[in-house]
Amino acid sequence: MADRVIVNTSINGEEATLLCEPRQTLLEVLREGLRLTGTKEGCSNGNCGACNVLLDGVLVNSCLVLAVEAEGRSVTTIEGIALPEGLHPLQQKFLEHAALQCGICTPGFIISAKALLEENPSPTEEEVRFWLAGNLCRCTGYDKIVRAVLDTAEAAPSVGSFGGETP
Amino acid sequence: MATVWIPPLVQGLTGGRQVVEAPGATLRDVIDNLDAEYPGLKGRLFEHGRVRPGISVTVDGVVSNKRNRSVREDSEIHFVPAISGG
Amino acid sequence: MTLTRDKKGVAGKAPYKVIGTRPLRPDGADKVTGKAVYGADVHLPAMLYGAMLRSPHAHARISSIDTSEAERVPGVKAVVTAADLPVIQDILTDLGEGVVNLRYTSNNVLAHDKVLYHGHAVAAVAATSTAIAEEAVKLIKVEYDLLPPVLDVLEAMKDDAPIILEDLRTTELGEKREGQTNIASHIQHRRGDLEQGFAAADIIVEREFRTGTVHQGYIEPHSAVGLYNDDGHVTVWCSTQGAFGIRNQVSELLKLPVSDVTVIPTEIGGGFGGKLGVYLEPVVALLSKKAGHRPVKMTMNRTEVLQATGPTSASYIRVKMGATRDGKLTAAEAYLAYDAGAFPGSPVGSAAVVILAPYKLDHLLIDGYDVIVNKPRSAAYRAPGGTNAAYASEAVIDELAKIIGMDPLEFRLKNAVTEGDRRADGPVYARIGFVETLHAAQEHPHYRAPLEGKHRGRGVASGFWNNWGGRSSVSASINPDGSVNLLEGSPDIGGTRASIAMQLAETMEIAYEDVHPRVVDTDSVGYNDATGGSRTTFGTGWAAYEVGLKLIDEMKRQAADLLEVDLESIAYENGIFSSNGDSLGFKEIAERIDESGHPVVASASVHPEEFGPGFGTHIVDVEVDPETGKVEILRYTAVQDVGKAIHPSYVEGQLHGGVAQGVGWALNEEYVYDDEGHLLNASFLDYRIPTALDLPMIDTVLVEVANPGHPFGVRGVGETPIVPPAGAVANAIYDAIGVRMTTLPMSPGTILEALWAQEES
Repeated sequence: MADRVIVNTSINGEEATLLCEPRQTLLEVLREGLRLTGTKEGCSNGNCGACNVLLDGVLVNSCLVLAVEAEGRSVTTIEGIALPEGLHPLQQKFLEHAALQCGICTPGFIISAKALLEENPSPTEEEVRFWLAGNLCRCTGYDKIVRAVLDTAEAAPSVGSFGGETP
Repeated sequence: MATVWIPPLVQGLTGGRQVVEAPGATLRDVIDNLDAEYPGLKGRLFEHGRVRPGISVTVDGVVSNKRNRSVREDSEIHFVPAISGG
Repeated sequence: MTLTRDKKGVAGKAPYKVIGTRPLRPDGADKVTGKAVYGADVHLPAMLYGAMLRSPHAHARISSIDTSEAERVPGVKAVVTAADLPVIQDILTDLGEGVVNLRYTSNNVLAHDKVLYHGHAVAAVAATSTAIAEEAVKLIKVEYDLLPPVLDVLEAMKDDAPIILEDLRTTELGEKREGQTNIASHIQHRRGDLEQGFAAADIIVEREFRTGTVHQGYIEPHSAVGLYNDDGHVTVWCSTQGAFGIRNQVSELLKLPVSDVTVIPTEIGGGFGGKLGVYLEPVVALLSKKAGHRPVKMTMNRTEVLQATGPTSASYIRVKMGATRDGKLTAAEAYLAYDAGAFPGSPVGSAAVVILAPYKLDHLLIDGYDVIVNKPRSAAYRAPGGTNAAYASEAVIDELAKIIGMDPLEFRLKNAVTEGDRRADGPVYARIGFVETLHAAQEHPHYRAPLEGKHRGRGVASGFWNNWGGRSSVSASINPDGSVNLLEGSPDIGGTRASIAMQLAETMEIAYEDVHPRVVDTDSVGYNDATGGSRTTFGTGWAAYEVGLKLIDEMKRQAADLLEVDLESIAYENGIFSSNGDSLGFKEIAERIDESGHPVVASASVHPEEFGPGFGTHIVDVEVDPETGKVEILRYTAVQDVGKAIHPSYVEGQLHGGVAQGVGWALNEEYVYDDEGHLLNASFLDYRIPTALDLPMIDTVLVEVANPGHPFGVRGVGETPIVPPAGAVANAIYDAIGVRMTTLPMSPGTILEALWAQEES
């Protein structure tokens, strides 16, 4: 077994020091090392988006990022999405639209949609579908997910204004 | 007497008849009486006292594998595939 | 128990206060914040991690297994093979997915003497980390004697096909035929005189169809944690559709009394029928026993899920139908051969019912064959057997209508079954809503919208699903603040905590927010059949209704005590208990439960029989790119008889989900094998399920023809939606480019080949 490496990073706005093996993915370290199990593993090779997190605000598949790459950078997971005053508008709209059935893909979609709305605050349906094409859902057929994201964009013109920028 | 519809693969035992009649106040009685008339029928449809796995019994359109289910004079009994879901 | 539809209660008393509304689901906050605990999220103290050794061959005899080197790896605490499993005789158990022979299940969990498909589990290791377990697995030495594999269902039926299970004999309703075979069973339905029926037809169409192997595709891989405790009690935490079914299987496979097994269902990330049977659960229990009674966790990766958990059957289907010139069906004949993977149990039985279920026929013959091949053992997949069957029959119906020159929905209406008609396999239909779905489809703006543009076409198809009742048990208690705790045993895959709580709230005339549902383990509630088979809102909802009535009865007793009147004089309405001018509110009584006597609790269990089938009719517009063969779904409308939509958003969701899976099945999904039987596309990259870009918004029409067999008129809805899509898309493709597709998937390559073949002829 390789020697472990110390990784200094920030998870959901909090400083964190991780001890991990060079071969470990960020997904593995989040789930096993930090017990942040909100980020899910669906495929292990970057095809389903269930493991989406934001790395310095950029949408990534954490199963394709090595944990050591988080050195000096900030990570946002689903656990860091809710606001001090309550659920993030995306989370609330997902519930109102019943945009989840089994819910396993939901953390990935919410992270992904947040990144979309920060880049493009009023996307068209086409743009939403294109952006979310990297997130697989087997239960909903995407209809209510797309509606929830469009509704969030309409109801909350600047998602960034809720809780500040992505830390 | 209740009418019992016989699955094609077992009609050899009823001389090719698809629909037969048998008396009985319960499903158990009807089957026993049928078996008396067409020996071997019960063994094809039941195993260890229960309807054979993969089959369901319907009485008047309702699935019921209870042997003591009451049967009326004009009841219709079928043996259908046990459809279950996913 | 007695059915209490005619007892006092609010059943049938529309307008409803709660039913039909769209409240937020009770587990919502957990699921959108990542707090909900799914199978792979379970962590226990001193937990070990397991990894599985799987067969690299599709068919081989195991001549030896040497685990010694693996056992010596530092960090490895246990290694198990089939030798650690008790020997099982033939035990048949009903999981709700159909009857399953547990001897085969044992063999599937850890290969006995042969490996029967690429990915078949052979041995398992438990170690202090997954990485160590995976390294140790590579050190297990297995000697195989290769055998020729057979993967095609018709090839497997031939006399000279390689034999997969040496002791398998073909059964026909209890009668075993002589001789080794891969044909596990043959079923048949017959009515009238086929020859006479076809003689009366003016038009006859006969077509052959092939469908590929597809997987349920749930995003969450299987995961289980097993603890075989020092006192002999086994606890399993797992992602499952039915904890009681898992308990039964673990107890049978490990030869433990059921009382020594507890199964705790976690949240589940999709099942669709694929999470009814055991895969990891017995293995983690065995590893735990050998590893000093420490808990052991195993989670499959996506490759393992696709290689070794149940896909549904590939099939060969031949359909022949005859009709008169004015559109009346006179006869139908169907031959279905479904592959079951390596062990018997394909859904050919259900398929044989679905294939002709929507249509009135006096003369019919259906033959179905369950055939084993060297592929993973098939598991139930949403309306098992139905999609393949309807793909075939709906194409032939469409072709007949086209030849006759009749509108396809008119043709279906002319032959549609209604109450009193006889289904193909015999029973008479009670109140059903098929005709209503056809009318609703005809009247929908989609059907009348102009469709312009080259290579664009519109298709329709209908479908049937039987649904299921099953057994449900719940318990409930009233809290001092007037809220109600509801304990249920139905894992919540698609919003059933909400739909069940809504039925309880409606029954008790209390607020939805005052019902707190919990999904609990096998020790904490009475028996529940699995969440699946389109039974949960129907069945567990009914149990909630029954328990609600009992709680109200109890509260009436409390009210009578507090008001000091006779019980008979108490009336309950809108949350108020009253007697001759005196009254007490529900919450007032709840507050005073302590002083009035004993806590208010109740339990109820049901096994309802009149579940009633579901029918759907779908309309789809497609555009085919003649250069690439790619099919785009332009517009989709799904109409379905849902009985009564308790929570319309989640009912719509079931239609959306079934359509999406049906479209994937129609256009892209299939297992690809090489000649040696290796699965080549065991990843989400190459086993391509629909993305958000592959579908438009999906319009739904919820037709409500109340099921007279349920207090609120509920009909199961979850499975019917996956039955029509493949047929509808195929019929739309025909309308678009004049090519009748007869294989699934209708992927770009196959469309192009069909186009070119047509151009040549």
